[in-house]
Amino acid sequence: MNNFKVLMNGVVKENPTFVLLLGMCPTLGTTSSAINGMGMGLATMFVLICSNVVISSIKNFIPDMVRIPSFIVVIASFVTLLQMVMQAYVPALYATLGLFIPLIVVNCILLGRAEAFAAKKGPVPSFFDGLGMGLGFTIALTLLGAVRELLGTGKIFDMSLISEDYGMLVFVLAPGAFLALGYLIAIVNKFKKA
Amino acid sequence: MKKLESSFKNMVIVLTAVTVIAGVLLGYVNEITAQPIAQANAKALSDAIAVVMPEGYDNNPAEAPETVELDGVSYKVYKATKGGEFIGAAVESSAGGFGGTLTVLVGFDKEGKIKDYSLLSHAETPGLGSKAADWFKAGSKGNIVGLNPGEEALIVSKDGGKVDAITASTITSRAFLKAVNNAYAAYAAQNGRQVDTQSGATPKADMNVEQN
Repeated sequence: MNNFKVLMNGVVKENPTFVLLLGMCPTLGTTSSAINGMGMGLATMFVLICSNVVISSIKNFIPDMVRIPSFIVVIASFVTLLQMVMQAYVPALYATLGLFIPLIVVNCILLGRAEAFAAKKGPVPSFFDGLGMGLGFTIALTLLGAVRELLGTGKIFDMSLISEDYGMLVFVLAPGAFLALGYLIAIVNKFKKA
Repeated sequence: MKKLESSFKNMVIVLTAVTVIAGVLLGYVNEITAQPIAQANAKALSDAIAVVMPEGYDNNPAEAPETVELDGVSYKVYKATKGGEFIGAAVESSAGGFGGTLTVLVGFDKEGKIKDYSLLSHAETPGLGSKAADWFKAGSKGNIVGLNPGEEALIVSKDGGKVDAITASTITSRAFLKAVNNAYAAYAAQNGRQVDTQSGATPKADMNVEQN
């Protein structure tokens, strides 16, 4: 499998949100607006790429029986690192996402890709796998955030498209996240079959 | 290279090495980012103070907050002076909202009128309670700017007061106004000589809110 194929696999064929349905907690929790969804997606992508590359480079030094704790330590270190750097240099983004950053550790996409891909392949394909999966996740979260923001408040990326008075508040709240995600998955499935 | 065998010795060595490397790396980054984080936090605070404070102060209020203890709760009071003369203060105050603690920084001029406020942190529902960030500002429906909680405590209209609550977020509105009233109490206690504390409005305000 060449690297481009690995990349597109994450974005389309095995999109973590729409196809694998992994990492639902941040997907539903952070997508109350398009910008929040995108920020969460990019943060996850950064951790995913770093952890994939590091894990695939050290995989031969890790005995099988302790691989999971070792992988978790690697992932958690990158998340903590990201948290400190964000807090220091982009405090505005940290203020909106701060609560959800530590949750990246328990995002099953990360451990899932470490187990399924990085632990078997070399650092270069693992980099592209992390990039592809991260992009797929970012696109899905941005899309979901945009839909919820538009239906809930009439805006996308804070640009007003329709009057806020017509916004259906339920889409900003948790039930709307499930509704919007369900319909998006249905639409993606429809296109995949066609 | 062949994969390491899962012997007890190997596992102990590898796990120790992984955690030590991770720990050292994190400690190093923590060292580097500690100062920018402190600066970013200080800047956020001084920006918020600049928004809520009367214009033209020439000291740095964020530098030396005074702490006021009231009913077992401590409030931070940031005083603004111009040429050494007191022109107003910003008070940090919190109350339990709908989703968690709601912290607000309220600016008062020297008569005790609300100059402006800034919502520092909250966990209110997005799209509903989170509107408190703008709802009570000048020009909005629930405008509280220019009011003096010392003359009349701020209460939502549903409870017989004069402030319009946020649509569908009465609990958030009550919590917000409670925080503002408490902030005024701290301001008055800290600054008794400028403000008439005999009106008794503040304790009453607290009672009104807690009844609900």
